[in-house]
Parts: sequence; C-alpha cells; structure tokens
Amino acid sequence: MSTPIPPLPRWADLFLLPVINLMAALFICGLIVLAIGENPIEALGVMLKGAFVYSGGLGYTLYYTTNFVFTGLAVATAFHAMLFNIGGEGQAYLGGLGAALVAFAMGWAPSIIALPLAIAGAALLGACWGVIPGYLQARRGSHIVITTIMFNFIAASIMVWLLTGPMLEPGQQSPQSAPLPASSHLPAMHEIFAAIGIKISSTPFNASFLLALLALVLFWVLIWRTRLGYAIRAVGQNPEAAHYAGINVPRTIIITMAISGGFAGLLATNEILGVSDRIILNYTAGYGFTGIAVALMGRNHPIGIFLASLLFGALYQGGAELDFEFQSITREMVLLIQGMIILFSGALAYMFNPPLARLIARLTVSRRAAAHG
Amino acid sequence: MKISLTAILTAVTVSAATIAWADEFKPAVIYDMGGKFDESFNEGVYNGIKRFTEETGVEVMEFEVTNEAQRQQAMERMVQRGATVVLGVGFAQADAINAVSEANPDVNFSIIDVNWLDQPNLRQYAFKEQEGSYLVGIAAAMASETGTVGFVGGMDIPLIRAFACGYQQGVKSANADVAVLENMTGTTPAAWNDPAKGAELTQSQIDRGADVIYQAAGGTGVGVIQAAADAGKLAIGVDSNQNHMAPGNVLTSMLKRVDVAAYETMKDAMSGEFETGVRNLGIAEDGVSWALDEHNADLISDEMKAAIEAAADQIRSGEIVVHDYRSDSSCPTD
Repeated sequence: MSTPIPPLPRWADLFLLPVINLMAALFICGLIVLAIGENPIEALGVMLKGAFVYSGGLGYTLYYTTNFVFTGLAVATAFHAMLFNIGGEGQAYLGGLGAALVAFAMGWAPSIIALPLAIAGAALLGACWGVIPGYLQARRGSHIVITTIMFNFIAASIMVWLLTGPMLEPGQQSPQSAPLPASSHLPAMHEIFAAIGIKISSTPFNASFLLALLALVLFWVLIWRTRLGYAIRAVGQNPEAAHYAGINVPRTIIITMAISGGFAGLLATNEILGVSDRIILNYTAGYGFTGIAVALMGRNHPIGIFLASLLFGALYQGGAELDFEFQSITREMVLLIQGMIILFSGALAYMFNPPLARLIARLTVSRRAAAHG
Repeated sequence: MKISLTAILTAVTVSAATIAWADEFKPAVIYDMGGKFDESFNEGVYNGIKRFTEETGVEVMEFEVTNEAQRQQAMERMVQRGATVVLGVGFAQADAINAVSEANPDVNFSIIDVNWLDQPNLRQYAFKEQEGSYLVGIAAAMASETGTVGFVGGMDIPLIRAFACGYQQGVKSANADVAVLENMTGTTPAAWNDPAKGAELTQSQIDRGADVIYQAAGGTGVGVIQAAADAGKLAIGVDSNQNHMAPGNVLTSMLKRVDVAAYETMKDAMSGEFETGVRNLGIAEDGVSWALDEHNADLISDEMKAAIEAAADQIRSGEIVVHDYRSDSSCPTD
C-alpha cells in the first residue's frame, strides 16, 4: 500500500498549485511552438504584450474577462452545492433573449429605467433556464449534468428558431435580431472615460465589467456570509447531514441553480447590452464552457475566479495577437495553446498535488527537525 | 560638378520616393470563420491573394477570425499596423467594415458579397450568381435523362435562393418540361458544413427521380457531390471549380470568381487606382461563369456547349435578363 498523501497547506492549494499547473502548460506549449520553428520566449512576449500593453489590448482582455467572470461564477455557485452545471452556455444564451425582450419592450423608457430592467431580464431568463434542471435534479432525480447539457441544445434550438424567424431583422442575411433601442445600451469604457476627459482606445470593454466586479463581491457575501450560502455549502458537503440539520435540500438545490443560471445570464449584459446591441446567433461562443475551467482553476473563490478569468481573457486576446504576429502560428495553434492550459488547470488540476504535498511535508519536517536539532 | 550633384540629388529623391511608396502600400485580408482553407468561398479569396503575392512579391497581412468580436478588432489592428487596404470576406463582416471604414477615411476598404453599405472609401463586390446558375441550369436540363433535376442549398437566405432561382430559370429555358426539386440544408450557419445532411438530401432527390443535382452549400456540397457520384448520377459544383472532386460525375461547376475580386482589389490598391462603390460582377464582367476542363469534357456534348455559350452571349448582350430573386423576393418560375 502506498503511503497516504499528506494534506496540502491552504496557501499551496490556492496559489502554488495553479501556478505550477500554468507553468507546466506553458512549458508544453513552448515545446510545441519550438517544434514549428518559432521562438517560444518571443511568442510569450507577443502574447503578454498583446494582452496588456498595446493600445486597446487591455480593453479586449478585460472584455473577455467580463464574460469569464460571469460564467465562472455560474459554475462556482453550483459547485458549492456539488452540482456540476454544464449549462452555462444555454443559460447565458437565454439570458441574451431576456435582455433583448426587456430592451425592446422598454424602448420608450429612459436608460435609467430601461437598463436595470434589461439587466434583470438577462439574469431572470438565465435563472429560469437553470431552475428547470435544478427542479428535475431536486425533485425527480434526473442528473444535473445530463439535463444541463440537454438544455444547452434546447436553448440553441430556440434561439435558432427565433433568430431565423420571428426575431430576424428584415432584409438581413445573417441570423441576427434588429438593433436594440439605444436606451438599453451599456456605455463602453472609452465612452465613459471620454466623458471625464480621458482618451482611451475604443474597444468592446464596457460598463458590464463593473457589474462583474459587483457580482464577485455578491458571490462572496452570498456563499460565506449568508444563511443561504451556509445551506448551499452544507448541501454540497453532505446532503444527508444537511437534511438532518433541518435544511430543505431540494429547495436549496433549486435556488442554487437559479442563482447559478442568473450569473450565466448576466453574460448577456456584456455581449448584448454592451457590445453588439442585438442578438447574434451563437454569441455565447463557448464562454459558458470555458467558465467550467475558470471555476476549477479559481477554486470557486471570487479572487481565484477573477484571476482565472483575467488569465483566460489574456489568452483569448494575446492568442489573437500571436495569430497576427506569426504567420506560422495559425488560429488552430492558438486553440491548442488555450486547450493545453485548460487541460492542465482543469482536467489535470490535481496531477501535481501528491508530489507537491510530499515535498512540502518533507520540507516542513526537515525544518522542524533542524529547529529541534 | 553642379550637374552631377543635381543628378545625385534627383536620384536620391526618386529612390526615396520609391522606398516611401513601397513602404506605404500594405495590404491586409480578414478571412471569416470558415478559414482560408475551406475549399470554397474563403479559399477562393486566398487563391486570388496568392496569385497577387506571386506576381508582385508583396506579402499580404492576413487573419482568420474565430469569434464575432474579432472581426472589427482584426480590421482595426490591421489599420493600426499601417494597412493601406483591408479586404473583408463575406457578408458577416459587413457591420464591422462599415464601422472601421467610417473611422478610418484615409484607408481603403473592400468587401465581398456586400452591396448595401455606403462609405466613400469602401469598395463592395456583389456577384450575379443567378447568371452563372442559369448557365449550369441549361447544362442540367440537357444532361438529365429522367426529366427531373435537383438543387441543394446551404443556409436558407436570399443569396442562396438567388442561386436556386437562376438555376430554375436556366433549366426551364432549355426544357420547360423538366421538373426542379429544391431543398435547403438548414437555417443556420451550421448548414454550410453538414456533408452528411447534404448527402441525405441528395439521396432523397435521387429517389424522387432527379439525376442532376446542383449544390450551393459550402462544405455541405462535398456530401452532395459524393452522394451523386455513389449513385452514378451527376452533380454540379459551385464557387470554385469542383469538377475534379468526382471526375465523370461532376457535370460542371458554377464559378464565382471571388479570387478575381480579391486580386483586383489588391492590384488596384497597389497601382493607386482604387475606385470605391459597388461592383456587380456577372457574366459580362467574367465574375461568374461555368467550368469546362479535362474532368468533364466527356460529359458536356457539343450541343450543350453551344447552348450554354449562346445563352452566355445573350446575357452579355442584355438579350436575356436573368431575374434576381433578391430584387423582389420572388422567383418567376415558382
């Protein structure tokens, strides 16, 4: 029998392990870049510069970050109740419909009324799309992984039907809705900064980022500072014990999925209300799925989720920059690099756990021994 | 001494001007989601760009978009990198190019498959797909032994209906008794890349008696050609010359010369004679035509060739006007 793995200290689990995973992924990517005949250090430099330095780079990075914060929070909320919500994609998609329907209905109202309602609409429809699988899990025992995946397909089909039929802009070749009324437009950051006299590059980066930061804080308060958050975590740790302690488990599951879907739905505030001002087919572009990797890497903690979102945002933006800079690095190559990082920080997240834990344990022991000796 | 100094100065000025000019011309192209090797639309553009680079030695900056937000970003990045002409590929880039061309009046822009924008620095290419489809419709009607021919479209949009409508008109002009079966693969962009469904639709048209099937369906068309070849029937290719994909079973291909549009854009921008506005390329402009090569020479009889050439001449001279579905959302043969 192998020796039991000593527990990993909290700081190592939260910081050291993700960093090691990232380094391992970057190392493998470096080898691949080397294999196709480019300089990996130079490539890394281009990525970092593209993501943070050049004019507009940071704006794009934060724009992608906003999406990942919302979908990452959606997955993390469900994780705390040990529910694996794979449906962020569909919930975000439906959130767009909610935002658009409210925006169209409130076209007459000033922004101060229309905008909050449109945001609420996004969260509400996203929540509805989370509640149904939640109900099926809680009351009917249908596994949440299966139902949420299925609900992604249903959401996609509904949106296809709407965008090629009832909601299609007349005379338009692409499947997209008519533009939303101006009253429900979330101002872009370059518009906000221009208003106070600071000129920054025009990018899709918009006010929904502030909403994402607010959502991170709300998430922290909800999970660790409220009775409901306690119930969610209790259900996640041990449903039987939670039930014995008087927590209504099915009800908690349904509410958790509502909140989870609501977070996912808020992605629409960035994509629909902030950037495109209309619904475009497939606008969710896989952000819902990447949210799973974000939550895993961020250890379901708001700070971790923010950092992981920033990382993925930088990868998306810096990756595009790689494609610009090197003719030999194609978009498929960029996808591969992103996939490596997801693989190491998501699927193989705990691969380095046993050796790292043993190493730390040994170091601590020898230090203690040295102190005694 | 004085003369030679002037000569040197002139030489220096001229070479400096040449260098400055050479530095100034920086072309860029933004391929869309299909990617530049999609064996269809984007690849046609790529071929035009390749030809331009081979002839002039000028490298063209390129980018393939992977999500919606990148279209505009890529165009802006190209401008920031000093591009003097930016070519957009496909109607999905229309909104992006409209915004970027408005914000950068000093840069030339060009886009393919768009004709509804209005910017002073933007050239737009539209093709008269109905005219090329008319020609292959004649070929289909004359090659059919069963008296039934088929059409398989990709995504159900006005553009593809224009293909179908031109085809129907061509078929009926050659033989009014020939029936035309028509199917669209779907209503979403996924319909451009679903060869299995393309094969299924083709098989069902063959079961209903069709023996020549024309496809305008992007990657889905590969399945159409495959299914027709498997059943020993004839298919008609689209966009690029697809005669080689199943020699002996591809009657002909309707050529949409996006490569010409791409090549012409770069060439004109380089020579400084970049005229903006809308260019409608039809048979008269060599923008659309039909393919005849060693792979289908045995399938096209002299009689068919003569009929197609005659119709092409009549379209060129204006004697035949092929109705464009997009002009009034209806087709006279329906």
